[in-house]
Amino acid sequence: MKIAVCIKRAPIMDVRFKVAAGGAAVDESGLKYDIADFDSYAVEAALKLWEKDKQGEIVAISLGPDTAQETIRKALSMGVHRGIHLKVDAVPFDGFAIAQALAEALRGGGYDLILFGKLAIDSSNGVVGAMTAELLGLPCVTACSRLDVAGGKGTARRELEGGSETVEFPLPAVLTIDEGIARPRLPTLPGIMAAKKKPLEVRPAQLGEQRLRITAMELPPERAGGRIIGEGAAAVPELVRLLQTEAKVL
Amino acid sequence: MANVFAFAEARSGELRKAAFEAVTAARAVADAKGGEVHALLIGAPGIAVSAEQLGRYGADLVIVVEHAGFAHYNPEAAAATVAERLRGGAYVAAFFSASAHGRDLAPRVAAKLGLPLAADVVEFDAAAEPMTAKHPINTGKVIATLTLSATPALITLRPGAVPPVETPRAARVEVAQPGADPAASRVVVREMTQGDSAKLDLADAPVIVSGGRGLKAAENFKLVEELAEAFGNAAVGATRAVTDDGWRPHSDQIGQTGRLVSPDLYVAIGISGAIQHLAGMRTSRTIVAINRDKDAPIFKIADYGIVGDVFEIVPALTKAVREARKSR
Repeated sequence: MKIAVCIKRAPIMDVRFKVAAGGAAVDESGLKYDIADFDSYAVEAALKLWEKDKQGEIVAISLGPDTAQETIRKALSMGVHRGIHLKVDAVPFDGFAIAQALAEALRGGGYDLILFGKLAIDSSNGVVGAMTAELLGLPCVTACSRLDVAGGKGTARRELEGGSETVEFPLPAVLTIDEGIARPRLPTLPGIMAAKKKPLEVRPAQLGEQRLRITAMELPPERAGGRIIGEGAAAVPELVRLLQTEAKVL
Repeated sequence: MANVFAFAEARSGELRKAAFEAVTAARAVADAKGGEVHALLIGAPGIAVSAEQLGRYGADLVIVVEHAGFAHYNPEAAAATVAERLRGGAYVAAFFSASAHGRDLAPRVAAKLGLPLAADVVEFDAAAEPMTAKHPINTGKVIATLTLSATPALITLRPGAVPPVETPRAARVEVAQPGADPAASRVVVREMTQGDSAKLDLADAPVIVSGGRGLKAAENFKLVEELAEAFGNAAVGATRAVTDDGWRPHSDQIGQTGRLVSPDLYVAIGISGAIQHLAGMRTSRTIVAINRDKDAPIFKIADYGIVGDVFEIVPALTKAVREARKSR
C-alpha cells in the first residue's frame, strides 16, 4: 500500500503563550516544537497499516518553512520511508489555502490512503483533510478512532456526541485520524540514525489565496480561582450554599 | 437581501440542540444585516415535522430534503445538497455546528464552493463587514480574532457557545431534492450506536461531573455517576488517564485531545489538573474541585475547592445536592 501522511509542526502546548508585538501572532520566543499531536497518531496508523504486508511505502508530507524538515525527520525516525517538504515562508491560517497546496502535491501520486491528524493542535481548525479530499475528488472519513483496511476497502469508527458510527469507504481515500487508534511509537536510536539517510525532497508549495486571516489575538481572561473553602465532608454545606447563592447553578 | 443560511443538524430523526444554535446565530446576522434565515433540514422521510421547531428559533424558511438515504449521516450527499443551496442563494453567511458531523460536513462544503471556513467559533460580530469571529487556538490558551473576507462566510460554531434564543415565527417550508443521489455515496455509515438516550451529552449538559485517577478504580466511578444523577442535568466526563485505562469510554475524555467543554458547572473529582485536562474545561463558568492534594493544580483554577478524601466528600455532596433540589 502507498500511504501519504500529512503532518504539521506545532508548538508544545504546556506553556503560557504570549501575543507578539503587532497583536495578531503568538510570540514564538522560547517555544518548543514537535509533530502536532493528532498527526503523530496518523503516522502511527500509517505504520500499522504498512506493517501488515510491508508492501509499498509511506511518504510524510509537511508544508511549512525549513523547520518543517525537523518534523518530517521525526516521522522518518518513526519508520516513514521518505519525505516531501512543501516550502513556504509561513504556514497560513486559512486551511483552504493549505489544502490547495497539498492537493497539488498529492495529485497523481498513486496513494491508496492519504492520512491527516484530526486537527492541528495549534490552529485547531480540522478542515484541511476533508478539503484536500474534496479537491482530489476522493472519499473521506474524518476523525477515525478505529480503522480496518483490507481488499481495497476500509471500515472506520467515528466518535459522535453521545455515540459512535461505523463508516465504510473504498480506497483510495483520505482519512483524518483521532486518538484511540494506537499510541504513537517513540523513535528508536537506530530509527533516528536511519532517518538521517532517508530521502527528503523539497518543493515549493502552491498555496491558494488566503481569505481567512487572524487579525487580532488575545489571551483569555485568567480565572480568579484558587479558593479553597474547607476540608473534608464538613465543607459540603458551605459548598452547596455557594453553589446556590453565589454561583447560582443549583 | 442579506440572507443567512443555517444547517439544522438532526440525528435519528430528531433535531439536535446544535440546530437551534445554528439558527439562533443566523438570526443574529440576519437581523443585523436585514435578511432572512434559511435553515436546511436533511433526513429520512418524516423529518419534515421538525421544520416548525426551527421557526421557533428564528428560521423564516425551512428547506426540507427527505430521502431514505439520509437515515444515517451521509456526508457526500449532504455536502452536495448544502453546496447546491449555498451556490444558488447569495447568502452572506452560513452556520454549521462544530459537532462531530458539522466538523465533517462544513469543510467538504467549503472546498466544493472554493471558500475558506472559520472553524470552532465561540463568538462572532454579526454586523461587521467583512465578518469577524473568535476562535480559540493553542488548546484555548489564545483567542484569535478571524476576518473572513469571502462570502458567504462559512462558520462552524462550538457547541454551547451560542445558546438558543426563541424568536418565534411561522416558518415557510420548501421541499427540495438532494444535491446528489444519497444512494450513490462512496462513504457509507453502516451503523450508528447511541449511548443511553436518557443521558445528556457533554456538549449539552449544563453540569458536568468528571472523575480522574483519584477515584482509584473503575468501579468507584459510580460516585461520579451518582452525583451527576443528583444534579439531574449533569453529564459524566473523565480525564485521559481514566479513559486510557478503560475505566470510561474514550468519548468521555475531556481535555486537549478529547472534548472541549464549557458547562455552567464543572465538578472535578479526584482530578489533579494536568495541563492537558485543564485545556478542555477551563472555560467552564464555575469550577468545583475535590481532591486530597491541596497543592493539586486544579485548585488554582477552581472557584470552590474542598481538600480531602473523595470517598467521604462526594457521597456527602451527592446527598446534599439531592436535598437542595428537593427543597427547591
